[in-house]
Amino acid sequence: MKPVKVAQGNVLRYNFTERLVHWTAALSYIYLLLSGLAFWTPWMWWVAMMLGGGPVSRAVHPWMGLIFTAAVVYMYRMWLPDMRITPTDLEWRKTIRAYVRNEEEEMHPLQAARGFDRFAPVDRFNLGQKYLFWLMFWAGLTLLATGLVLWFSDYLPWSLRWLRLLSAFLHPVAFLFTVGGFIIHVYMGTAVVRGGFSSVIRGEVSESWARYHHRLWLDRVTGASAAKK
Amino acid sequence: MAGKVLEIRAMSASSTPAPGIRSAPVVAKLIDTSACIGCKACEVACQEWNDLPPETTVQIGTYQTMPDTTPSFWNLIKFNEHETDDGAFHWLLRKDQCMHCADPGCLKACPAPGAIVQYNNGIVDFQQDNCIGCGYCIAGCPFNVPKMSRQTKKVYKCTLCVDRVSVGLEPACIKACPTNCLTFGTKEVLLQKAKSRVAQLQTAGFLDAAVYDPPGVSGTGVVSILAFGKNPEAYGLPKDPSVSFAVEIWKGPLKWIGNIAIVGGIIGTFVHYLRFGPKHVPEDDKAKQADAGR
Repeated sequence: MKPVKVAQGNVLRYNFTERLVHWTAALSYIYLLLSGLAFWTPWMWWVAMMLGGGPVSRAVHPWMGLIFTAAVVYMYRMWLPDMRITPTDLEWRKTIRAYVRNEEEEMHPLQAARGFDRFAPVDRFNLGQKYLFWLMFWAGLTLLATGLVLWFSDYLPWSLRWLRLLSAFLHPVAFLFTVGGFIIHVYMGTAVVRGGFSSVIRGEVSESWARYHHRLWLDRVTGASAAKK
Repeated sequence: MAGKVLEIRAMSASSTPAPGIRSAPVVAKLIDTSACIGCKACEVACQEWNDLPPETTVQIGTYQTMPDTTPSFWNLIKFNEHETDDGAFHWLLRKDQCMHCADPGCLKACPAPGAIVQYNNGIVDFQQDNCIGCGYCIAGCPFNVPKMSRQTKKVYKCTLCVDRVSVGLEPACIKACPTNCLTFGTKEVLLQKAKSRVAQLQTAGFLDAAVYDPPGVSGTGVVSILAFGKNPEAYGLPKDPSVSFAVEIWKGPLKWIGNIAIVGGIIGTFVHYLRFGPKHVPEDDKAKQADAGR
């Protein structure tokens, strides 16, 4: 892979296409989430009023769904090599409890400076990010399939009534899974992993950030060998 | 009684209990299918009273007006042909319309507040101005009743002439029926009447005659007397209709599990932040400190 160094010791983490696709998915998902919550519970019905009323939310929701699933499918094309779960990920998984508890910070400063040596090194995405991707991918496909049935439910013959019921049931189930992933993703990307949010806006991360969080990836894109560090 | 208010006993997508507290006798329509002559006066009366636009009839090889009810045709006499074991031919006429279930699957499935209501007299009514056109009621109904208009993207069905009933009149179809096949009154009285008619039919040789008031939906506001009551499918009626398991789980336990998971997830991340806080990249922190000291 060609070096992707940008200014002042920064590394390009997400190119423009990747950022655009990410935000297409993010913004369409947020619309789907808000209008979906209004349909999910009357407690959130006021959200549908904010979005232009119930019938408008109902009319726009499926189109947004098409945009979201298109973005997710494009991500699949774009990131599949980076999203495959590797044996190193399974090593990393063993220390996930320590990762969640930020225990790397309790290490001796010298040791901590070397980043994740205590954990298995991480490539472009860590296992949590990969789980999120696969969750959104499969839930997205389920939401698309069931959503299409619900979108055209009045065209479905009575003999296929079971399909309508199955879709009405699976659509909110898949929705709940994505909400779980979404909450953790937004929390990790903004509050916990500082630098994560700006990386998906501006595309760049500092080299030290990359070494700390994604050492295998940094070595790969800069052409450096792990031994040199 | 003039000016009597119909209160709402149940309302779709309501986060609080429905406001109705007054008791009212539950009304019903009794259809003695054995007395139906297929004259379709009820179809015409329904269209006229409700000012529904004329619907194109479709020839399907029987005397039936069209294959199915539509958004602007709420009451259809179905001409089912039935052959008994002894080779005799019967026309099983059925009045296809909203059954006004005591436990309405449409109302349970509906996500739009107030789009489907059940009055204290048992009538289930769609409020099209609150309808968002999602079609979940179509999934929730065990009788294939709600029909979506392609023009307005709203669902329509029989109102049991709630506008007439609320001022003490009987529904238009009942008024028009020439054979007393249709009667209207309190459900209690009509069920007694139905029982004696079933006994009469059994004496006349229809041993399977029965009242169709399915318990799976806690009974219906439209009760039928079927001469071949053991075989409601022959009339195009489901044998044991109920609000689907999928709807019950989705609107029951799943809703609570989901709400707890969503709120729990948000609280969980907040507590995690209080306990563990952000992750720091040591070198970046040093650089920041250096910047600040400069």
